[in-house]
Amino acid sequence: MELVLENIKEKGINLAENKTNKKNAKIETKGVKVWYGDFKAIKGIDMKIKPNTITAFIGPSGCGKSTFLRLFNRMNDYIEGHRMEGKIKVNGKNIYKKKIIVEELRKEIGMVFQKPNPFPKSIFENVAYGLKIQGIKDKKFIKKRIEKALKQADLWEEVKTDLKKSALTLSGGQQQRLCIARTLAVEPSIILMDEPTSALDPISTAKIENLIIELKKKYTIIIVTHNMQQASRISDYTAFFYLGELIEYNITNRIFTNPKNKQTENYITGRFG
Amino acid sequence: MRNTEQQRISLKLAGFEMLSLCKLQLEKALEAFINHDEDLAEEVIYMETHVNALDLKIERDCENFFALHNPVAKDLRFTMSILKMTSELERIADHAFNISKYVAEEEKKIEPFLMDLLEIKKMSDTIDYMMDYIAVAYEEKDVKIARKVFKKDKILDKINKKSFKIIEVEVKKDTNLIQHSLILFSVVKKLERVGDLIKNIAEEIIFYVDAEVLKHKNKKEVLKND
Repeated sequence: MELVLENIKEKGINLAENKTNKKNAKIETKGVKVWYGDFKAIKGIDMKIKPNTITAFIGPSGCGKSTFLRLFNRMNDYIEGHRMEGKIKVNGKNIYKKKIIVEELRKEIGMVFQKPNPFPKSIFENVAYGLKIQGIKDKKFIKKRIEKALKQADLWEEVKTDLKKSALTLSGGQQQRLCIARTLAVEPSIILMDEPTSALDPISTAKIENLIIELKKKYTIIIVTHNMQQASRISDYTAFFYLGELIEYNITNRIFTNPKNKQTENYITGRFG
Repeated sequence: MRNTEQQRISLKLAGFEMLSLCKLQLEKALEAFINHDEDLAEEVIYMETHVNALDLKIERDCENFFALHNPVAKDLRFTMSILKMTSELERIADHAFNISKYVAEEEKKIEPFLMDLLEIKKMSDTIDYMMDYIAVAYEEKDVKIARKVFKKDKILDKINKKSFKIIEVEVKKDTNLIQHSLILFSVVKKLERVGDLIKNIAEEIIFYVDAEVLKHKNKKEVLKND
């Protein structure tokens, strides 16, 4: 593990170096195309995502929004037959260059999935996992970071007295906030969320939504959601995808009050999709 | 047909029913006033409760549509417009009701020459046109027709503006005209206000169809596409 860290230090690109430059796009894609075998899932997408914003990706199932999201931390690399063309820059650096170390990239870009997926370990171990993988051994540092992450994820007050308890004993909503804490512990600057509340009840959903809005101050967040109200409630920008194309991308207020594109309007008003 | 679509259609129909009812109330009230037709005035007064009931029904339907169907984009603009439009129509019907009350309560017919001087017939015809425009604009989603009311409203404003002077002169000539003059003055004011309310409805139709907000814009901007 130490070797990996050394490699990162020597060869890795510091993706966080432009963190404070708000004028630059946090993420920029140019002519991005994706194939799964013969199937063209993404048909050439140009997009700029600003730092410290929440961007919602919406569109009917199979439109390519999750595929596009997963490109940002190279989650599609493992899918057989997956092929990608075009450029994706994070903090101005092309993340599909050969010299990019994927582990380092994922430290910078965290991900939260549809279903809460805590490890069958204690709450403490779950949040510490990412730090330990990075080879961090300083217990005091880990403890401090875990407390910070759990506080950021609005879970600290509920679990602080019993961090050794199995994460699997937590409720669904708590488990999802634990997964967010696990992501935050490694201090990424971008958080990708793939339908993070689709398995949760309205109260847990509201807690996660409030949390996402709070996290925006420090992080850039991209969320895939099928819940139109969620997209309109929490996001600053909304991107509508259809059949592998980015149909419309604008400030959320505009998309939900007066979209420019007829397909967008038909989708958000429930006339198709 | 999907439930949301059904609800939307039923809201649109209810909006049209309100528009037709208030248009009719106003037409009858003006006819009753010009011809001093007490029976017709009573009809308007009787129908006022129907207008109020329909106003409440539409308000409740809109509330349900917001809560149960979470409208966005054009559906959201449509629901907001119906809500505001209904409220303006209800106020138009209130003016029709109050004009009818003058007819029902006043035994003598208003002096025809005073009516002519204050161009009551011209105001009535102008309002008829304006109501027709918004009915068509609403039904056909035609913003061009909706915009026509802005020019027509100027006619009402002009008559209203000179009414004070006309009444002042006539009352000075004959003090027996005071009571009728006061009624007429009040009716002119009401009709001028009706013109403004119809203008608001036209703005709502334009907002619904084109997402263009005309409220609080200056006159030149409003009339530029007319």
